Amino acid sequence: MGKVSQRVVHDFLRHDKKFPHVWCSGCSNGTILGTIIRAIAEQNLDRNNITMVSGIGCSSRMPVYIDLNTLHSLHGRAIAFATGIKTFKPDMKVIVVTGDGDSTAIGGNHLIHAARRNIDMTVIVVNNNIYGMTGGQYSPTTPDDAKATTSPYGNFDRQFDICDLVIGAGATYVARSSAFHTMELQKMIVDAMNHKGFSIIDVISACPVIYGRMNKKGGPPEMMQAMRDNTVLNTATAKLPPEKLEGKTIRGVFKNVQCPEYCEQYAKVVEKIKETSDE
Amino acid sequence: MAQNSQKPVLTLMQGNEAVAAGALAAGCNYFAGYPITPSTEVAEILANELPKRGHTFIQMEDEIASIAAIIGASLAGAKSFTATSGPGFSLMQEGIGFAKITETPCVVVNVQRGGPSTGLPTSPAQGEIMQSRWGSHGDAPAIVLYPDSVKESYALTIRAFNLAEKYRTCVVLLLDEVLGHMREAITIPDASEIQIINRIKPTVPANWYKHYDENQKYLSPLASYGEGYRFHVTGLAHDAQGFPTNKPQEAGAMMERLQKKIVHNIRDLVQIESYKMEDANIAIFAAGIMARSAKAAVKMARAEGLKVGLLRPLTIWPFPDDAVRKMLKNVDYVVVPELNQGQFLHELRRLVKSTTDSKLIGLQRVNGTLITPTEILQKIKDVL
Amino acid sequence: MSKLVFKEIRLSGSGGQGLILGGIILANAAVNDGNKVTQTQSYGPESRGGYSRADVIISNEDINFPEAIRQDILLSLTQEACDKYSLDLKQGGILIVDTTFVKYIAIQAPNTYELPFTDIAQEQLGTQLVTNILSLAFLVRISGIVNEKSLEKAIRKTVKPAFVDLNIKAMKLGFSLATKEKRLRQKEEDLEVQV
Repeated sequence: MGKVSQRVVHDFLRHDKKFPHVWCSGCSNGTILGTIIRAIAEQNLDRNNITMVSGIGCSSRMPVYIDLNTLHSLHGRAIAFATGIKTFKPDMKVIVVTGDGDSTAIGGNHLIHAARRNIDMTVIVVNNNIYGMTGGQYSPTTPDDAKATTSPYGNFDRQFDICDLVIGAGATYVARSSAFHTMELQKMIVDAMNHKGFSIIDVISACPVIYGRMNKKGGPPEMMQAMRDNTVLNTATAKLPPEKLEGKTIRGVFKNVQCPEYCEQYAKVVEKIKETSDE
Repeated sequence: MAQNSQKPVLTLMQGNEAVAAGALAAGCNYFAGYPITPSTEVAEILANELPKRGHTFIQMEDEIASIAAIIGASLAGAKSFTATSGPGFSLMQEGIGFAKITETPCVVVNVQRGGPSTGLPTSPAQGEIMQSRWGSHGDAPAIVLYPDSVKESYALTIRAFNLAEKYRTCVVLLLDEVLGHMREAITIPDASEIQIINRIKPTVPANWYKHYDENQKYLSPLASYGEGYRFHVTGLAHDAQGFPTNKPQEAGAMMERLQKKIVHNIRDLVQIESYKMEDANIAIFAAGIMARSAKAAVKMARAEGLKVGLLRPLTIWPFPDDAVRKMLKNVDYVVVPELNQGQFLHELRRLVKSTTDSKLIGLQRVNGTLITPTEILQKIKDVL
Repeated sequence: MSKLVFKEIRLSGSGGQGLILGGIILANAAVNDGNKVTQTQSYGPESRGGYSRADVIISNEDINFPEAIRQDILLSLTQEACDKYSLDLKQGGILIVDTTFVKYIAIQAPNTYELPFTDIAQEQLGTQLVTNILSLAFLVRISGIVNEKSLEKAIRKTVKPAFVDLNIKAMKLGFSLATKEKRLRQKEEDLEVQV
């Protein structure tokens, strides 16, 4: 696992006018941004050839801080904007940073269709189980009985398992990690970026100031500990007795297969037309 | 569709076909869309033609995704385009606002059909005169063009691309359902006769580049993703570099720029046709397919010795205030036939000095059929 | 300056009868003749069934209003279309109906032609699919609205290559039906004169 110096993170940030950032202390967004930067730096990629696209929400503020081609788009539409960039410039590396509400509620349609097309992009879902920016409303991943400003009596609206959702829709690289497991996450991001096709990582993350407080989850350290204690890597589940798995969230790579990628298929069509017209 | 032969050939073409041909002639190299009557032919033709040229066509999951994709592609350097109709145009409004605030060139064709909602999908209406101006939330000006023939659909599609590139904004082309499906014989001009405008590219080093350069007056250079400029784009109010801001003077400057680039270039943007207006004491103000009814009515009226003329805007937004004021000064009455509940009439009222002594005579229909020349002529006779 | 020519033609029936294709072919033929033309259409949401009409206006000057609201020639392939439009026919206009489906005609004018086009197409060409071209060719020879050579050129240009032969056959049959009809009427007129 490639170690990257602190200097590199500094080097990737935009320092003109961009700080202090908008995130609350203890938020996972900073950790995840750092992990994304390390994953990019590790690959020695040309920064001019990477575009980061986001929607609207706390995590979607990420692009403004990172020195790449960046697009902070509309609520729910990050993947659709990214599709425009990728299909016009197929050589561009495209990373989408989005939240649980952004990607699975308002943007759910774009998520499943991008997965179905198997278009080559890497979607990083910062999943904090809440709409943080608007002050704490329940999202499609808010757990049962959890409190939110719009579920004051406890949430009963059933949840999406984002990984199951996109596997069903045809995504070809699907993984889950957390803001605690940064080394694991860094490797997943590198793998996802090198995967030819639609890749997505569901990143369990913490919103201590809103979600944590409303649900008595403790402060940032306690929420980080929970990521460590309440999750199990999928490669370890076989060895564990069922009682040890109860209530645990499974991390790991759930799907990693090669299928025809959208832009490559399109290029083939263009090539075929050319051949038949040359004849 | 491409005309390689030497001498011009008359081709029988639909309005929608002319739009697709015009887009290709303008250099369109990206289309994302979603099928909807009565605009679908545009997508079908481009699905055929764009891959042949090595360009991109993609059918998206809905119209929201379509407008998002064309904006994304444009930021990556594409001359991008989508075509839709009423319900899809409504879904695109947020995206159109995003293109305006981020000053990203793109073209949207809305082939109008009867509304509201699903309405009359295969019938003509002119219900989006105001939506094309004010449809997106917030307050930003619009450039909207409105052809009245197949030939003009071709020409104004090219113009829409040119204006989008020049003014870095989303330009809307409104078509009437009748025109989208109407066939007329047109001559496709030779490529050498067509003026093409492309966005200005920055020449400064990357670290000097400002995505919204105030020093460049109102039309600033535009870099694309992948060219080394690594700029930021956001739908939030932003400063000259494109970074979010909530400082009143920076947000105010941004809004002012959006206004000024339209207002200060009104002469470049506005196009009108004035037909037999020189000696007219009655004018008809109409656009698109209704202007064709109106022109026939003018001919019928003139044959009866009535001094009737027609003022037809080819650019409906920005509104041709000066031409309309002149018309209002010179004639006794203005008849305004339109396939809506009086949207043009409403705009004309803004320019009438006295509201008690109005010269404006509305003639409206919203049942999916056209107002005929005879009906317009009758309206004129009624007021005399 | 030549005399103003302004002819409004409406082809009416239901979806799937190929009327819009007929309209496009007629419009192309008019372009081949060097005339100005507009072709518009109106149809319901159905691909098959429902109502459908194609309007063609042919003129030697610019055409403004593009719909054929006072027709010089009306072709109706269904009862519904005939009922809906026949009263809009100009005084002295030509009405052509397909008696396979049209059983009653609201107006009786000397220029009315009644033939079972769909039955004829089925019996003599083995398919109803070419009823549009059969009746269009009939319309063209009766009215002389476009040059017959221009019509043939337009058919060859517009229909799919695999169906050109069949459609040309339908066109020729339409022409011969029109010739027969004309002769018949000529005879009747001659008889009337003799009486």
